Amino acid sequence: MLSEPIRYLSPDGELSGELPILDSELVAAYRSVRRVRHFDERAVILQRQGRLGVYAPFRGQEAAQVGTTVALDERDWLAPSYRETAAALTHGLPLSTAILYWRAHPAGWEYPADLRLLPFYVPIASQLTHAVGLAHAGTLREDGSVAMAFVGDGGSSEGDFHEALNMAAVYRSPVVFVVQNNGWAISVPTSRQMGNQRIAERASGYGMPGTTVDGNDLIAVMLAAREAVARARAGEGPSLIEAVTYRLAPHTTSDDPGRYRDEAQTLEHAANEPLKRLDALLAKLGLWSEGDEDSLRQELERELAAAVKVADATPLPGPEAIVEHVFETMTADQRSAWRTLK
Amino acid sequence: MSVAVPASTASLTMVQAINQALDQALARDDRVVLFGEDVGHMGGVFRASDSLQRKHGEKRVFDTPLAESGIVGFAVGLALAGLRPVAEIQFAGFLYPALDQVLSHVGRYRHRTRGRYSVPLVVRAPYGGGVHTPEQHADSPEALLTHTPGIKVVIPSSPERAKGLLLAAIDDPDPVFFLEAIKLYRSERQEVPSDRYVHELGRARVVRTGDAVSLICYGGMVEVCMAAARVAAREGVELEVIDVETLVPFDEDTVLDSVRRTGRAVVVHEAARTGGFGAEIAARVAEKAFFELAAPVMRVAGWDAPYPPFTAVEHHYRPNARRVLAAVREALLS
Repeated sequence: MLSEPIRYLSPDGELSGELPILDSELVAAYRSVRRVRHFDERAVILQRQGRLGVYAPFRGQEAAQVGTTVALDERDWLAPSYRETAAALTHGLPLSTAILYWRAHPAGWEYPADLRLLPFYVPIASQLTHAVGLAHAGTLREDGSVAMAFVGDGGSSEGDFHEALNMAAVYRSPVVFVVQNNGWAISVPTSRQMGNQRIAERASGYGMPGTTVDGNDLIAVMLAAREAVARARAGEGPSLIEAVTYRLAPHTTSDDPGRYRDEAQTLEHAANEPLKRLDALLAKLGLWSEGDEDSLRQELERELAAAVKVADATPLPGPEAIVEHVFETMTADQRSAWRTLK
Repeated sequence: MSVAVPASTASLTMVQAINQALDQALARDDRVVLFGEDVGHMGGVFRASDSLQRKHGEKRVFDTPLAESGIVGFAVGLALAGLRPVAEIQFAGFLYPALDQVLSHVGRYRHRTRGRYSVPLVVRAPYGGGVHTPEQHADSPEALLTHTPGIKVVIPSSPERAKGLLLAAIDDPDPVFFLEAIKLYRSERQEVPSDRYVHELGRARVVRTGDAVSLICYGGMVEVCMAAARVAAREGVELEVIDVETLVPFDEDTVLDSVRRTGRAVVVHEAARTGGFGAEIAARVAEKAFFELAAPVMRVAGWDAPYPPFTAVEHHYRPNARRVLAAVREALLS
């Protein structure tokens, strides 16, 4: 029988039992969810206005990404895929850099110096082994750092998924693998991706704990991530968290999901999305006032407007950027190409 | 008056020289870690890391699961964290599962972070035939690597060169693939300086001077070309032999300088001919020295077929001095 994902907060905002985290933690994470939701909505609009390139929205997956990432601190590494703009923003990626990245501007590849964030990876699952290497370096240096790597239900079919989980288990690396099972790999549903139904079940096959949580329940995700990060930091090895969520948006702004799925069902799934239940919970607990709402809205507008302004003011690259930063020192051929392009 | 103290040397095979380089790199820089299949406890199937785990500990020298993509991806992660990983792929023909890592990440990391990150890793892999290895143990995949922007490719031809080039590769700020001809691992000994030294990457070497034809080669083909040159010399024909050594970045100047003097070029490698690195060399010679050529650029290479594991005919695949001389003759008759 299929096990139910761990859930604390129901889709209509009912909490099972006491709130298992501090009020302040809940409010801080809620604000992060609101922030990334605001970014995602605006990013889609900017794309429609021709002010972003192809964009991969994450609507519906905010709790899965924020709830996991808030368990990290500055010494920890995050390895996101292109679906994880929310996780990257929560870990410290500046909003303006994210906009530039989705504008396909090279300045979107220039992260702040101390930010332990890998670039968004495109070949699916290929960065999971990088996270194992990053984590293992932490083990060798005994610096207590943890690496968190993201993959989806589709990515769990890749060979690198297996190699990364196996290596991490063998070396007891401090890695947290987060699988966002959002039901779709572009047009292919999870039922055609795998013969089993719970990706977390595979963890025991590698010799690590695996947990399936309701990925739209911020509290359940936060607790699972906190436990996995604590385990990793304590030298107890890797874990896998399967966050069951739903891709409410198209694969990218270039995709038309009406070609392969019944969008009436998508609307049904939208009733389970993470923010609505948090709104209800916060109201019930009296943790969110009208004043809080007004000031958050203003803050989000201000922050986004400032980021767009920074992005707009960033000069376009010259063609010579194409051959820059291939090696530390250009080869003779690259120097010659650079002069031609300049 | 000061008297120069002769530096101490030892007579080493290439695999011993590589072992010495790895030992010295581990001793000198605590960021260096060494790993791969059978690399740790056993010391590698060719013994390149023999006794290094005992000497430097299991944290510095260790075995990996049997997972080539994992090994290279893991090395990327270690390098991103500031270490200097030296990974071994047991045979170059086993590199293929890792090609996604090589093409998508190793060669792109510096570029796709605008220089914020780099991956100064080294991947060592034994390559090439001539020693009756089983199927798929004798591939020469250097052109797959040279066609990938962002990675350097080095192929040494002797014990003394291997040590200095490997130490330079480990010091290099960018990823280096270091292919070691299996045929050369134990085929000759050479006096190798015992102290640490480096040979700069990106410099081709004139290993024999001559005026008739330039033989352009690397790795296991250098001794083949030298043998061909000795035969030709008996007939009064002096062949020049260029050891390319670093395929990327390619030292075009040394090659063109030689070809301009001799007017004839024969490029030799054991990888399959079509799309091989010899095509790149021939194209550059044609682009830059066409009017100084007295004959078409010739290629002597493996046939356009998988490397044959058949013991009885294997030697017909890998270029030998006879085939090199046939090409030389053709170039001279043009």
